[in-house]
Amino acid sequence: MSSVAPADLPIGKDLGSIEAAEQAEYGPTKTARVKKRLTSRTATIISLIIAVLWTIPTFGLLVSSFRPGDLVRTTGWWTVFENPGFTLENYADVLLSPSQSSPQLGAYIVNSLAISLLGTLIPLVLATMAAYAFAWIKFKGANVIFILVFALQIVPLQMALVPLLQIFSTWLRPMQAWVHDVIPIIPEQNYAPVWLAHSMFALPLAIFLLHNFISEIPNDVIEAARVDGATHGQIFFRIVLPLATPAIASFAIFQFIWVWNDLLVALIFSGGTQDVAPLTQRLAELVGSRGQEWERLTAGAFISMIIPLIVFFSLQRYFVRGLLAGSTKG
Amino acid sequence: MTTEDLLGKILQVVMGLAIFAAIIGLLIFFIDKAPKRGRDYWQLAGFLTPALLFLIVGLVYPAIRTSILAFQTSGGDWTLDNFVWTFTQPVALRTLLNTIVWVLIVPTVSTAIGLAYAVFIDRSRGEKYFKVVLFMPIAISFVGAGIIWRFVYEYKSAGREQIGLLNAIVVAFGGEPVQWLQTDPLNTLLLIIVMIWIQTGFAMVLLSAAIKGVPTEQVEAAQLDGTNAWQRFWNVTVPGIRGSLVVVLTTISIATLKVFDIVRTMTAGNFNTSVIANEMYTQAFRASEVGRGSALALILFVLVLPIVVYNINILRKQREIR
Repeated sequence: MSSVAPADLPIGKDLGSIEAAEQAEYGPTKTARVKKRLTSRTATIISLIIAVLWTIPTFGLLVSSFRPGDLVRTTGWWTVFENPGFTLENYADVLLSPSQSSPQLGAYIVNSLAISLLGTLIPLVLATMAAYAFAWIKFKGANVIFILVFALQIVPLQMALVPLLQIFSTWLRPMQAWVHDVIPIIPEQNYAPVWLAHSMFALPLAIFLLHNFISEIPNDVIEAARVDGATHGQIFFRIVLPLATPAIASFAIFQFIWVWNDLLVALIFSGGTQDVAPLTQRLAELVGSRGQEWERLTAGAFISMIIPLIVFFSLQRYFVRGLLAGSTKG
Repeated sequence: MTTEDLLGKILQVVMGLAIFAAIIGLLIFFIDKAPKRGRDYWQLAGFLTPALLFLIVGLVYPAIRTSILAFQTSGGDWTLDNFVWTFTQPVALRTLLNTIVWVLIVPTVSTAIGLAYAVFIDRSRGEKYFKVVLFMPIAISFVGAGIIWRFVYEYKSAGREQIGLLNAIVVAFGGEPVQWLQTDPLNTLLLIIVMIWIQTGFAMVLLSAAIKGVPTEQVEAAQLDGTNAWQRFWNVTVPGIRGSLVVVLTTISIATLKVFDIVRTMTAGNFNTSVIANEMYTQAFRASEVGRGSALALILFVLVLPIVVYNINILRKQREIR
């Protein structure tokens, strides 16, 4: 997206020359020019309307989250100038209030961060390694296995939930209990199941996207290293990782936002307590139990959005590139 | 949350990182020290095994197991009851119907709006900002989006001041306030709007990139032939971006089939708004009807199957070319 401005320049010139050519050939047809300007104006107006429609719902929520509870519940947010009143109390309440009845989102934010951190790192490392193997280690059946891995995207998460939960309770739980016995400060119920589940579900897409990029590395570079006697481990760390950093970074952003925003995996594998459950799960719970406390819901919703939005706005160029890496090729 | 809790959590993350780093580090170490004979195979195994192991435990085995569970009673006897239930009970039938409505409307509408928007803002001033506005919902969780839109659809009884935007508009035009989310079948459409709101930005970004890839010469040639903007769009741009259109439609269709969070946050599937993905969760994890839940998951699988098979075919052709 950063390349938009320079790329536009020659195009603009071309358009100018076409208009000049048109004028030379047909003479200045006034109606045509008026018509053209009109259509472009309609286009601008329509896109403005769409842009406004898309922003209003979020904007309303943002305004409401800064209004006192009474006002939120009795007046529309668009009357904010007739019924003025701004406060930070909603945020203080949902974040910091020690009362048991308040949402206490602070603990859940820590959980979301903890889950997203390893839920992004683990699949990223495993997928990069696998993508390298598929792209640069020659073996029989590489194509078949690669397509099978890609095909695993068919499997909806929903299909994996019940059996995976059973596997975790037979194998993982006893291990967690053992760890808790040895090091008591680590709670028995911890993040491990959520980390593992997110990693497993992310792999097919991650391998596919990263493979697209890693296989594009020029053959000469890899071959030269091989001739010099480099092992695959050395090639992977010294050549592939540095060259593939943009692709890895863009997938990391993608996966981070995805894990941060997830609800389903969290509902099944976290257990839903303050010790493990992420922000999304707490919010969904609040909607169920206190659907009418709009001042808390709006503030809570905004807190849950703030980190992905920061990631989004600061890194959106890479994020978009990551999206495009796998999709425009198909 | 006490300081002790926080320390415990940080310790968990640090330990998780340490264990993971140790496993990967050891693996790489042994790969490089592998015996000379068959070294390539050792290295291959080292690079591939962790990912394949995860995939088998996390997806392959569970998918097979779920398929079996779908054909069993809770006692473990073989049966077709779960499917009979799905295709005869009004609740379950309604779920299937809703899912079909979702998957027909969401991909087409969001792709259409996304495409129109991408074309309209192409090369306009402030294109970047226009894009960000539409794309932003992608970064917001479905739960957050659910809350945003519940607030738009909020209902207060007649005579009181409406705080939901939609009812405020209705009342301003002299209408009676409506309980949007409880009015069947309108409520399903209102939930669908939320999904469209989220997915349009995704379609727009991909299609915008594709439009910029259409050779300018073709557009110019058409322009010199005296075509109008609509003809140029339909005869030059659309054929030029056909591949991307397919990808966008596919991706959104799959996402729509699996949609869960929106329904869960906005109506929890009540008032006839449930979809397969939500009903599956309700049956398997709330009602302890694992067989029915598995049957629904299997149906979801069958619905996604043709879409992905189509994509695999494209992928195979690409790899053959290479």
